[in-house]
Amino acid sequence: MKLKPGLPPARNLIIAVPWFWLALFFLLPFLFVLKISLSEPTLAQPPYMDLIREIEDGFVTLVINFSNYQLLLEDSLYLSALWGSLKVAGISTLFCLLIGYPMAYAIARSPVHWRLPLLMLIILPFWTSFLIRIYAWIGILKTNGLLNNLLMGMGLIDSPLEIMHTPIAVYIGVVYNYLPFVVLPLYATLIRLDLTLLEAAADLGCRPWKQFLLITLPLSMPGVLAGSMLVFIPVMGEFVIPDLLGGPNTLMLGKLMWTEFFSNKDWPLASSLAALLLVALILPFVLLRHFERRAEEAST
Amino acid sequence: MKKLFQTLLPSLLLTGATASAAQELHIYNWSDYIAEDTIENFEKATGIDVVYDVYDANEVMEAKLLAGRSGYDLIFPTARPFAERHIKADLYQPLDKSQLEGLDNLDPVIMKSLASIDAENAHLVPYMWGSSGIGYNVEKVREVLGDDMPKDTWRLLFDPEIVAKLASCGVTLMDDPTEVLVAANIYRGADADDFSKAGIAGASETVAAVRPHIRYFHSSQYINDLANGDICVAHGYSGDVLQARDRAAEAGNGVEIAYAVPSEGALVWTDVMAIPADAPNPGPAHAFINYLLKPDVIAPITDYVAYANANRAATELVDEEIRNDPGIYPPANTQAKLRETPTPSEREIRALNRSWTRVKTGQ
Repeated sequence: MKLKPGLPPARNLIIAVPWFWLALFFLLPFLFVLKISLSEPTLAQPPYMDLIREIEDGFVTLVINFSNYQLLLEDSLYLSALWGSLKVAGISTLFCLLIGYPMAYAIARSPVHWRLPLLMLIILPFWTSFLIRIYAWIGILKTNGLLNNLLMGMGLIDSPLEIMHTPIAVYIGVVYNYLPFVVLPLYATLIRLDLTLLEAAADLGCRPWKQFLLITLPLSMPGVLAGSMLVFIPVMGEFVIPDLLGGPNTLMLGKLMWTEFFSNKDWPLASSLAALLLVALILPFVLLRHFERRAEEAST
Repeated sequence: MKKLFQTLLPSLLLTGATASAAQELHIYNWSDYIAEDTIENFEKATGIDVVYDVYDANEVMEAKLLAGRSGYDLIFPTARPFAERHIKADLYQPLDKSQLEGLDNLDPVIMKSLASIDAENAHLVPYMWGSSGIGYNVEKVREVLGDDMPKDTWRLLFDPEIVAKLASCGVTLMDDPTEVLVAANIYRGADADDFSKAGIAGASETVAAVRPHIRYFHSSQYINDLANGDICVAHGYSGDVLQARDRAAEAGNGVEIAYAVPSEGALVWTDVMAIPADAPNPGPAHAFINYLLKPDVIAPITDYVAYANANRAATELVDEEIRNDPGIYPPANTQAKLRETPTPSEREIRALNRSWTRVKTGQ
């Protein structure tokens, strides 16, 4: 998207505002991170060396250090963490879709006066702090927690289930927390769906499940994609949920970044990890845009 | 507009004047690490306004300090390795000892030990000290291991056979590579401060052998979980385990918690007070250190936090039950088993941390 010189000035101005916003609050901080990722750690305030150093009066030298990126690629720990984050984000997104799609579908097909209350029920938990809701899950899932006491009280199990501090707890927390981000965009696409298409299909003898597969699902793809992005991207960098609910074997980029930044005081390496995460997130976006364009070109 | 300024200006000047008249002090300390009324009493006694923030890990405080202009006037780092490397990096200002009374009351053994990282005790005043050992649920461990269970040994945390049996009731380790890997070195009979490649690898292997049975790695979560009976053995700080014991007693849930210093040897640590080099209000910071040096001020803090202070004149003022608790004021034969936390070099720390992440995640 480029500013065209022929546009009326007011419109230029309106487009400039988000670009200015992105440059100031995204591009500029990222350049800082990039700068730190190319420096060397040292014990000082701040704990990294300047890229531009004075060697003697008036003479300066630019020292760029790529060894952080080299370590990221050489040490399997970091690629395993990237894989761990991809896995958690991917599986969580899938479960969010599997649970969120029927929910959005049911709300969109429910009587008009029911829709608003049902949507409110989806949004309502967000009025409580995110941290409190995750702590509530600790209370439910832990060994002496609500779930185990309930199941043992009912005589369904003899010994408590070990869910807390396992990957299952992380998935429960992530799916619970990000579910509304899938339901809302899906609802928005499903509610706009032209129902006469389904009627026409039915008139022509198409069975309900085939109507869904051939008409509803393809037409709701924009909602599926938007919802998936809204879950996948933040979960890739998620730190709080795996830290609170996860166990020792949850290896994700967010936590590794914390270790490098706080425990190792290695800001350059933490910054390189942040840059790696950004690339890992932007790549699917670029590919998606590319395929969308090709689809658009093919359809015209 | 001009009129508005004319009416506002005097009041602006006035607020500016009052703000500079009242002295401010920004303190950054560990959570749950001071008596409930200490700050209030200090404000009453001196008229200084205190802004009190807390952290739950040295690393969090250190990151703010390293970023610069943290705005804090007084911090409470652990002496080794944190305060030690901050002194090396010139992050603290030297204390003006003419503003401090009662430095003579501080335990000479602790002062001498601190002098090895802080020449002539120029920057640091000791606050509290304690050990890290094993906290356990007496009844649950007996249930699993029988009446002849081992009590004061690292085997409860590092012997794969024992830990596998205890896994069902919950075993936890601290999330701290130095604490855990040094303890593992002590357990397997290696030098505690062997931070060579082989030393770190050996200690990591010891931890990796029990890792499948470890419920989680965390340095404060175990306080609540021990008290509630959610876990039965925890690697923890003396005072924290004793807090868990007291919370369980208060809750009256029948959970009995005990603290043991392993007979193979355990680490002792000292938390200190220091004034950052860029502290905006060093004067009030000195006033606060001076206040905490008073025996009748520091003794009630020890009563509250269950850690021993470094002030010898205060010991007799400490509550008798606390003073006689071997977990807080260890007797001579236990003290002989305690050793200073060794300090790895910067390179060794990174090797330790990366090896630690591997061990924890089973990579």
